[in-house]
Amino acid sequence: MSANLLNFDASKLAMHARRKRVNAVTLTLSLAAMAFGLFWLAWILIETIRLGVGGLALSVFTEMTPPPLAETGGLANAIFGSIVMVGLATALGTPVGIMCGVYIAEYGSRTWLGQVTQFINDILLSAPSIVIGLFVYAVVVAQVRSFSAWAGIFALSLIVIPVVIRTTENMLSLIPNTLREAAYALGTPKWKVIWSVTLKAARAGVLTGILLALARIAGETAPLLFTALSNQFFTTSLADPMASLPVTIFKFAMSPYDNWRDLAWAGVFLITLGVLALNILARVLFRKKD
Amino acid sequence: MAATLPATPYGSDKKKMERSALGGEPPERRRRLAWADTAFSFAAHSAAWITLALLAGIIGSLVMGAWPSIREYGLSFLWRSEWDPVEDRYGGLVMIYGTLATSFIALIIAVPVSFGIALFLTELSPNWLRRPLGVAIELLAAVPSIVYGMWGLLVFGPILATYVQQPAQALFSDVPILGALVSGAPVGIGILSAGIILAIMVIPFVASVMRDVFETTPAMLKESAYALGSTTWEVVWKVVLPYTKSGVVGAIMLGLGRALGETMAVTFVIGNFNQLNSLSLFEAANSITSAIANEFAEANPGLHQASLMYLGLILFFITFAVLAMSKLLLSRLQKSEGGRT
Repeated sequence: MSANLLNFDASKLAMHARRKRVNAVTLTLSLAAMAFGLFWLAWILIETIRLGVGGLALSVFTEMTPPPLAETGGLANAIFGSIVMVGLATALGTPVGIMCGVYIAEYGSRTWLGQVTQFINDILLSAPSIVIGLFVYAVVVAQVRSFSAWAGIFALSLIVIPVVIRTTENMLSLIPNTLREAAYALGTPKWKVIWSVTLKAARAGVLTGILLALARIAGETAPLLFTALSNQFFTTSLADPMASLPVTIFKFAMSPYDNWRDLAWAGVFLITLGVLALNILARVLFRKKD
Repeated sequence: MAATLPATPYGSDKKKMERSALGGEPPERRRRLAWADTAFSFAAHSAAWITLALLAGIIGSLVMGAWPSIREYGLSFLWRSEWDPVEDRYGGLVMIYGTLATSFIALIIAVPVSFGIALFLTELSPNWLRRPLGVAIELLAAVPSIVYGMWGLLVFGPILATYVQQPAQALFSDVPILGALVSGAPVGIGILSAGIILAIMVIPFVASVMRDVFETTPAMLKESAYALGSTTWEVVWKVVLPYTKSGVVGAIMLGLGRALGETMAVTFVIGNFNQLNSLSLFEAANSITSAIANEFAEANPGLHQASLMYLGLILFFITFAVLAMSKLLLSRLQKSEGGRT
């Protein structure tokens, strides 16, 4: 009897030791994973800054994209084009995305339409952005028979929509039902419950979604390659091809010309900086509000 | 709801009647804004329909655009490895293989690392470090893919060739399969570099989603497990992970979707060369996305453009299949959990 008890204790102790070992090993691996991730990312950022700052000059912001092997030149038209297209695409895509997220979370969570929309949104979310480009090419560019900034804006807004839907819907479904019930119990109409209670409670997440979308399309190249194309000159007409920072970087980086490559590094630096600054700004504003 | 309150049953009691009369009166505001309910609901419904129409439009337009090629080759497009714009003969095997191989390499690296990072951020990291590290990972997930691509081509590729491929070639030159895997000119482009760069690109993305998902676990559950004497690992593996598994699979799914459809990071480093003759991970190859990115704008509108559209359609269906599979897996996981409890 006592021997049994002793055996039992010994096996318990061995198990305890094994559990502790497993714990130590996995936690060390986790630490290593963190270091591994940070190592690559730090390397990329450092190289971007090192090579990007080298190509940076005032002329980058004031002069147009140069021909190969030119002495001067900048990225002014590309920067302008990017800002215009990204801004309009976000303005176009966000309302649709939020409303659709509201539909899935608040109206249709149990209807077939809600479930189908949710499933389809998952697909659109992982839809390769270049496929979106092909779609817009077929629907807009091939019909109008010309590349245009509008086509680019349309393509980018199609990328904004699913991202915003996903986060809006996720955040709304995290809002406890008691909050809705409390609002209904006060006699609040449904639209008001959604607008001033659940959406308001979820606004942090919704805003994060919009920012994620914005950050994503700011560097998006693939859908612009054959919709907005590119333009060597400055244009404000949305019916013409328009240069954008990512497409210009792609063209310049793959070229063998030194002046183009330097400008591409400057562009990459600007785009990284812009995206990061946008994120940080949003965080700061956001924390103040809370 | 308030408007349909029943008439007061307290006819005789004066005090109660007063009260119910007060409550039974529907608020002014609500009646005035009754239309708003309809309008809001209509807006939400139409947004949902727009999303549905989008998918239908994408599939429809791709099928229509690809039709000449589909009629010409049918399904044999999938295993034809020839891609010759001059002779106007096309097949997608090279690109499909390139897309699948690079994404596979990316996931093998990215999933365990992202899981480790998410674990570190939620359970291990000291409090003062948690926020800055989390913010850093989130910010890095936002770095555009073109940055990774350019870095991969001009910085990482040459280093990979010099310090990994050449020693590996020297080491494995006589070993049959391994030797073939590392053969090729040491220029640092090809399937392996594309896969690694995809992994680096996807890691912060997957990690930040996983961390968000882990954080939704109620503290009560975790604390209960700790109180029963669980180690940190056991809490994560047996409490947090089961609780959040749908989110974790979702995060991996998002990562895979991004890797499969990623264009710029791959286009820069894969080399855009249509070949399947060598097994080598270091030989220039091609992927669906990079073929479209490189050729579409200049493709002549006949069979060439249609074949590129066909490739786009195939890519779309691959991502579709991945998603459907992960959903199936998810529902099975949920079912097995239901059986256990």
